[in-house]
Amino acid sequence: MRDLPYGLIRVLDDGGDAVGPWNPNLSAEVLVAGLRAMLLTRAFDDRMFRLHRQGKTSFYMKSTGEEAIGAAQSMALDANDMSFPTYRMLSWLMAREYPLEDLVNQIFSNANDPLKGRQLPILYSARDYGFYSLSGNVGSRFGAAVGWAMASAFKHDTKIAIAHIGDGTTAEGDFHEALTFASVYRAPVILCVVNNQWAISTYSGFAGGESTTFAAKALAYGLPGLRIDGNDFLAVWAATEWAAERARTNNGATLIELFTYRAAAHSTSDDPGKYRPVDEAAHWPLGDPVERLRGHITRLGIWDDTKHEALIAGLDSTVRLAVKAGEAIGTLGKSKPSVKEMFEDVFATPDWRLIEQRRELGI
Amino acid sequence: MTQMNMIQALNSALDVLLTDDPDTLTFGQDVGYFGGVFRVTEGLQKKHGVTRCFDTPISEGGIVAAAIGMAAYGLRPIVEIQFADYILPAYDQLVSEAARLRYRSGGQFWAPMTVRAPYGGGIFGGQTHSQSPEAIFAHITGLKTVIPSNPYDAKGLLIAAVEDDDPVIFLEPKRIYNGPFDGRQNQSLRTWANEATAEVPEGRFTVPLGKAAVVREGREATVLAYGTMVHVAAAGINDSGVNAELIDLRSIVPLDIDTIIASVRKTGRCVILHEASRFGGFGGELSALVQERCFHHLRAPIERVAGWDTPYPHAFEWDYFPGPTRLADALRRAMEA
Repeated sequence: MRDLPYGLIRVLDDGGDAVGPWNPNLSAEVLVAGLRAMLLTRAFDDRMFRLHRQGKTSFYMKSTGEEAIGAAQSMALDANDMSFPTYRMLSWLMAREYPLEDLVNQIFSNANDPLKGRQLPILYSARDYGFYSLSGNVGSRFGAAVGWAMASAFKHDTKIAIAHIGDGTTAEGDFHEALTFASVYRAPVILCVVNNQWAISTYSGFAGGESTTFAAKALAYGLPGLRIDGNDFLAVWAATEWAAERARTNNGATLIELFTYRAAAHSTSDDPGKYRPVDEAAHWPLGDPVERLRGHITRLGIWDDTKHEALIAGLDSTVRLAVKAGEAIGTLGKSKPSVKEMFEDVFATPDWRLIEQRRELGI
Repeated sequence: MTQMNMIQALNSALDVLLTDDPDTLTFGQDVGYFGGVFRVTEGLQKKHGVTRCFDTPISEGGIVAAAIGMAAYGLRPIVEIQFADYILPAYDQLVSEAARLRYRSGGQFWAPMTVRAPYGGGIFGGQTHSQSPEAIFAHITGLKTVIPSNPYDAKGLLIAAVEDDDPVIFLEPKRIYNGPFDGRQNQSLRTWANEATAEVPEGRFTVPLGKAAVVREGREATVLAYGTMVHVAAAGINDSGVNAELIDLRSIVPLDIDTIIASVRKTGRCVILHEASRFGGFGGELSALVQERCFHHLRAPIERVAGWDTPYPHAFEWDYFPGPTRLADALRRAMEA
């Protein structure tokens, strides 16, 4: 067990076969559903990135290269579990079939934005899909996941929590506080470090990534640490299932390092060519998670190029339809929720300040 | 009715809450087995069990983060930060998470939680056990900030804070835990015994948030205060000979603006008293509100009596502490203006 944080758990080998003791033996149906969620994430990301370039929204962040993580974990966990995600977990929502139109409306901050025009694009919140409210502060929800899990245990419930933090953000106190609480109270939570190796322009070495692995941090807290090939849908699934079983049987928390690579820019606001080789992603030895899962199911004989192209074409038009519907309501600045929404939900009931200020604005 | 000091009243509030509502729980440093360094949670673990009242690591950020997650799940956590001076590691959690959760999630998630913290000086605690940080919470929209001044209010306000669906910072004036203190440090210690506000019902009751108390009525000036300073203000008013109205704000967010306006419009003068440093303190907000809403009724400039703009000093505690003499001087200045 103490070796696990220093190795790399993989199921899909370089030839696309599922091998070794961690093989979760998933059905063909599940594998195709996983591939679909990942491809949908990519199609959506590409489309929205282009819409940003056209000035239809203010900001966007892609998950490119990390799609296996959210998709596999979303599918491996139960509907009532709660994820405390990072902003590169769109595939969690895609795997749970969150309505694309609601994503588009949120990104456009238009009249139908489920977050009522209050949040930066992509900082979603989707309670019914087990997706806790995102925010631009990184790391500050890691401890809340532990508290949520403690509450579930307190209520003798079987629900568990899963939280994500980036490799760079492990340098924040939030990471260490959460691990301490998870360990001390044996909370039913899965704590994940998504090591995509880049924190905007700084590589993971600035968070201590050259001195040891992120999974190894678990050992000092008396928790198991698993280091997983995060571009391997099957390995992510297997590790998540293992940690979920441990949590649900009251054996406590697990720290999982998901070793992956941020293939695209941090956001629409930076140019990776300024801080890393432009072709670095092409040389990433663990490959593209989409191509790896595609290769695997092709070898299994349940998939081929025709099906793949047809799926991509279908998803593309699904995304286009959702974008069209969102555009019909309005892109950023062309449509917005009632300004009344600015003053709502600050408190459960607005106090006199908010009522007066709303009047001052003439609404 | 039972005679209670403020510690007993707070303990009674927690006991009532833990008894009535299975979704409440309380935790913090030394809160469980030991019962808290000020004894507010004494006996609660023994009576309600280790899952309802428990100890935590020395990790204010972790304590508040866990409480937010529990509250988002549907519980009503009540956490203790051992001294308000130590709440700053949790400030990010309170500001960036608890205060904004309902807003940013479009009403999908919210955090009904209460953070108790003993605050204020007058106990020779030096600069790390004496501060009054209320202004840094009042400035954060989405948080409520409550400060009781006596045992009755302490119990009623704490129950109201826990029942509230928003995050509440509950600051307990530790100098008056065991008895009222009017700022005359050379006099013998008083206890809460025989004080009317120490007659506290044993059962459940609330004092609503956002409702100030007119502690004494007056015609010539209005004094706005909260916490320990309510008692200091009463003494200062007596010393001054001014017929002043004393208002105990009880919560600064939500603020009972109507009671403040009605009083200042009646008296025409306003003196604000708080223990926190003056510059950028909550008195600045009160002063601005009174000026904006009562300008044509004012007969004198608004006065602010507050801690000096220094860290809280150990040897100079009574030079720093805004006592009754300074309040009385301010009232006289207001009368002479």
